[in-house]
Amino acid sequence: MVKTCPNGQELKFILNNQIKELDVPADKTILQAVRELGLTGTKEGCASGDCGACTVLVGEPSDKGVRYQTVNACIAPIGQQAGRHIVTVEGLESPDGELHPAQEEMVNCHGSQCGFCTPGFVMSLAALVEADVSADREEVLQGISGNLCRCTGYRPIVEAGIAALEVGSSAAIQGQELVQSLSASTAQAVLQPANESELQESIRDFPNADLIAGGTDLMLEVTQRYEAKPNLIDVTRVEELQLVSADEEKLVIGAAVSYSRLEEFFAGRSSPFVSLLHRLGSRQIRNSGTLGGNLANGSPIADTPPILIAWDAEIETVNTKGEARLTAVSDFYRGYRDTTLSGDEYIARIHIPHASIESFHRFFKSSKRLEDDISSVMGAFRFEGTPDKVTVARIAFGGMAATPVRLKAIEDLLTDSELSRDLVAQAVEALGDKMTPLTDVRASAAYRSEMAASMLERALLEFMGEARPVITEVSLDA
Amino acid sequence: MRKLTNGSAGAGVVDTKPVVGSDLAHESAIKHVTGRATYVDDIAEPANLLHVATGQSTIAHGRIRSINLDAVRTAEGVVDVIVCDDIPGDPDISPVYTGDQLLASQIVEYVGQPIFAVAASSLEAAKRACSLAQIEFEELPAILTPQQALKESQFVLPTRTFQIGDASKAIDAAELVIESEQTVRGQEHFYLEGQVSLATPTEDGGVHVVSSSQHPTEVQKLVASVLGLNIHQVQAEVRRMGGGFGGKESQAAALACMAAVFAVRTGRPVKYRMPRQDDMVQTGKRHDFWNRYRAGFDAKGVLTGVEMELAGLCGCTADLSEGIVDRAMFHADNAYYYPATTIHGYRCKTHTVSNTAFRGFGGPKGMIAAESMMDDIARTVQRDPLDVRIDNLYGPGRDVTPYGQKLEQHMLRDMMQQLATDTDYYERRKSITEYNRNSDQFRKGLALTPVKFGISFTATHLNQAGALLHVYTDGSISINHGGTEMGQGLYTKIAQIVATTLGVSYERVMVTSTRTDKVPNTSPTAASSGTDINGMAAKNAAEKIRARLINFLADQHGVESDSVQIANDLVMVNGQSLTFDEVIKAAYMARVQLSATGFYKTPKIHFDKEAGKGHPFFYYANGCAASEVLVDGATGEYRVSRVDILHDVGSSINPALDIGQIEGGFVQGMGWLTTEELLWDDRGRVISNSPANYKIPTAYDLPEHFKVSLYDQPNNEDTIYRSKAVGEPPLMLGLSVWCALRDAAASFSDYRMNPPMDAPATPEQLYRAIQAAKAGVAS
Repeated sequence: MVKTCPNGQELKFILNNQIKELDVPADKTILQAVRELGLTGTKEGCASGDCGACTVLVGEPSDKGVRYQTVNACIAPIGQQAGRHIVTVEGLESPDGELHPAQEEMVNCHGSQCGFCTPGFVMSLAALVEADVSADREEVLQGISGNLCRCTGYRPIVEAGIAALEVGSSAAIQGQELVQSLSASTAQAVLQPANESELQESIRDFPNADLIAGGTDLMLEVTQRYEAKPNLIDVTRVEELQLVSADEEKLVIGAAVSYSRLEEFFAGRSSPFVSLLHRLGSRQIRNSGTLGGNLANGSPIADTPPILIAWDAEIETVNTKGEARLTAVSDFYRGYRDTTLSGDEYIARIHIPHASIESFHRFFKSSKRLEDDISSVMGAFRFEGTPDKVTVARIAFGGMAATPVRLKAIEDLLTDSELSRDLVAQAVEALGDKMTPLTDVRASAAYRSEMAASMLERALLEFMGEARPVITEVSLDA
Repeated sequence: MRKLTNGSAGAGVVDTKPVVGSDLAHESAIKHVTGRATYVDDIAEPANLLHVATGQSTIAHGRIRSINLDAVRTAEGVVDVIVCDDIPGDPDISPVYTGDQLLASQIVEYVGQPIFAVAASSLEAAKRACSLAQIEFEELPAILTPQQALKESQFVLPTRTFQIGDASKAIDAAELVIESEQTVRGQEHFYLEGQVSLATPTEDGGVHVVSSSQHPTEVQKLVASVLGLNIHQVQAEVRRMGGGFGGKESQAAALACMAAVFAVRTGRPVKYRMPRQDDMVQTGKRHDFWNRYRAGFDAKGVLTGVEMELAGLCGCTADLSEGIVDRAMFHADNAYYYPATTIHGYRCKTHTVSNTAFRGFGGPKGMIAAESMMDDIARTVQRDPLDVRIDNLYGPGRDVTPYGQKLEQHMLRDMMQQLATDTDYYERRKSITEYNRNSDQFRKGLALTPVKFGISFTATHLNQAGALLHVYTDGSISINHGGTEMGQGLYTKIAQIVATTLGVSYERVMVTSTRTDKVPNTSPTAASSGTDINGMAAKNAAEKIRARLINFLADQHGVESDSVQIANDLVMVNGQSLTFDEVIKAAYMARVQLSATGFYKTPKIHFDKEAGKGHPFFYYANGCAASEVLVDGATGEYRVSRVDILHDVGSSINPALDIGQIEGGFVQGMGWLTTEELLWDDRGRVISNSPANYKIPTAYDLPEHFKVSLYDQPNNEDTIYRSKAVGEPPLMLGLSVWCALRDAAASFSDYRMNPPMDAPATPEQLYRAIQAAKAGVAS
């Protein structure tokens, strides 16, 4: 375990087909690092994880060899990548200069115009090819959900993706064989505790350090506001924080589990949650972002807190002495970007009662763009009982106040009363003055209120048996 | 030996596989996909490179009371700091008129306006230093909307009018009259590569500037002007841009000038690359417009008179707003004949960043008024909007535009009918109406809208281009021209044109980076004119070389020059077949000049700005799109379910590239009209200032059924290989989506009312329209 300030420690990782050792500050991004090394194929389009021009692959050992995921290099610290394989667009060609199928098909399908977003798309498509997903349009759309193109209108890129998947990967990515050679003891630029007791020690030793998981929000302070983050403690290598478990009583989710892994874990457990994850952020963001991070940053427009409130989930926080406490998610928020998390604590796990995910629950998200957009309103609902009587109601919203809110008054109004259209109307009416939405760039206060009402109505009617699908759920046969 | 046949089309002989007309990949495609394509920021950085950032106004309008930059100057990494007075030459960098100051001196007129600039050892150091400035302002009242500017008669340039007949009288006498108004928001370019320039001092006291610019000549001229140098001391170079869309026509110059000023002051290379947020705040965008119209028509919906008022939010200076509002006026008819009309165009001055060129250049803002009006009329007379559109099209005898140009080619009736037939428009209309009658929550909408777009710079002098062609002794060819590559495939098409004109293979031709010291006094690559004018100039140069080679061979072999033929890299002379390489070597040895310049100026065009009459366009490009949408009436959320496009590119030089332009233009237009909401707050700050809150379309927003067909008919004007310009026109095909959304909203009133709907049709905006339609039924 490293005890001195990690700054300046040598970082060892694989970049394309070479092992690299670097001396970097903790807050240097992968993008900055690879470009400084002369690999300028990876572009900066936004430096905020929104456009995907900087997409690279990050490979880690898994049961099935090295597993590659797309990452927004512009907001991912290079210091977190110790021991990993970073593949940039320059690393895709075979040793004899043959193009990767993702590259070849992008050329064949006329998938590039100005070419600036192209390396990012190529990497996202290459990730699909390497993961050997089925050659279908939906897979490609998911894979490029975090890549913006302003020239082509996407049709040729989607076709290139499908074609590349049909061709498939013929050779391993160069440098893959080096992955096993870098042991876990690799030197670190960012503090990377391996277990909770090391994490507690790190927080004690560096009380001013920022905890970082995916960094999809934290790193914007560096790339957008030019703040320095000289000390970072990476929670994603903490073994216990990467665990997920489910028994009859509850699901326990490690705080550093990525959204992409949650998609896999909740597949078959909660389709409303999986659908919502698809709209929470792009593939790249979901590969990095975590539930713990979404809770810890305290944002009132985060997507998961209303869901966790509706599920009666609890947050397990642990302090540097190893003492754990459980807080209901609904009690976690004190004010705008202010939570009950204290300076010597970290979020360790989220506990979700199993009964919650087995009961009726429905999540609605309102945003300008259907994919990869921040919610103007996020509504989460859970009901138990029968179609004519609600025995347990949970109603929570994001984007409607300075914090995620739970609406106990409406829950009480609904609970144990005869469920009827009249009662639904009453509940919707009562919602009127309970929240304090703002007018901002995403929506007006009035629209937010109307959408919150519409969401509540929709959830209740569906519970009563009148399914009201949302636009993303309907087939588009024109 | 391959048999050569006689042909037409410029080259004298037709290649067995003509290069012009084939689907060649973008010349940089392999470089794009491997990351080897070099953009300005990818050029290897010299060790002593400096980076620039600017200190900005935090208020929309005011006087600068005091500036204290002491802390900025002493900040870590800072090498130089300048204010307006430090600029050695003229600080005004306006493209046409005046008012665009490189740095503000006394008055600030928008939030984000640069007041001072810093050169430092890194971008981060420069940005951090900027935040240390202490600037005091005296705030002045700010105008932030076109309505406010109209009320206070604040304009950046005078108002103009097009007039035919007596519109007011015609409308008053009409059977039916409607009037309406709408706010149409602007658009952020969101080129993926932000604005960037790299300036290196030269031994002559000048600078070499590599810029991401659509207008290297203007960069050269303005850099010389801010430095007080002769133009020949400055070279501007552009290999490629990571997207431009008009946003790098005038806006790139500021970065080049700033970097150049620091380069000369410090003697070091200087890079100025704007981070995305600065780019979104500090550079101009597509204009917001406030449009009003009044229309008179008969019971079938055929127009008798139209009055339109188009008010563009120009921001604080003129920039290119003269031409932009003109082009809105030029396209306020779109494809429809206005027998009597008055069209006013206002150039509103506001205390916001000066708005600029954006693909379509005002055209979309006039067209949306015409298309809204068509739908309004259709619902008023209870006819299918497509029928009303077709009945109002220009046609023989109904062919004079509001600015007096007579239309010579009428293609849209046939195109629209063909698209309607090919896509089962009327059957779908029927089944959609049926679906909507039986669906409470979800509704479908359908619209088929045309685009007629005038091709030529409306500033006549810009319609000129130059090229420089070299044939080297190994037979390889290098072509340079005044156009810039921003992804549209101009370089590819130029190489195709040169290859075809010379009768050689495409692989022989290399297009080199655009440089002001190779081809001077160029026009911006804008107005969709890139291939039209630069292609003609390149062809002109190639024809000169071709003629020299033919004359040389004819002399040498003692035959008539028309018996010498060149095609497929072979030359036929006197029954003998020579390779192109052999001919070039022989020509060199015989001292034949193997380098030529080419020039082109567009014929037939003229326009009297004051009278509002003339023939501003060489020709028109046409297209039509049919879009279908699905809408959730409870939320205003929607998806586009099907798009079919039929577009006229004349005889295509490269169908794959043209289809790329059409698809990309359509999606960009759709973005403008749907999810891209450009917003300011009440203090004049751009609040859609990052991709986190300004949402351009993703792949998910496109339907699986997205089909583009080319309407195959040669241009009737003598353009480059009878092709038509394709850069801008398809953007306005996106109007079909907006009209389809409004159609779906109108279904909530059983199509009895015209729900007001501003653009873009965000879910919230559409929800309001649906509410209005529902209320319309209720009332």
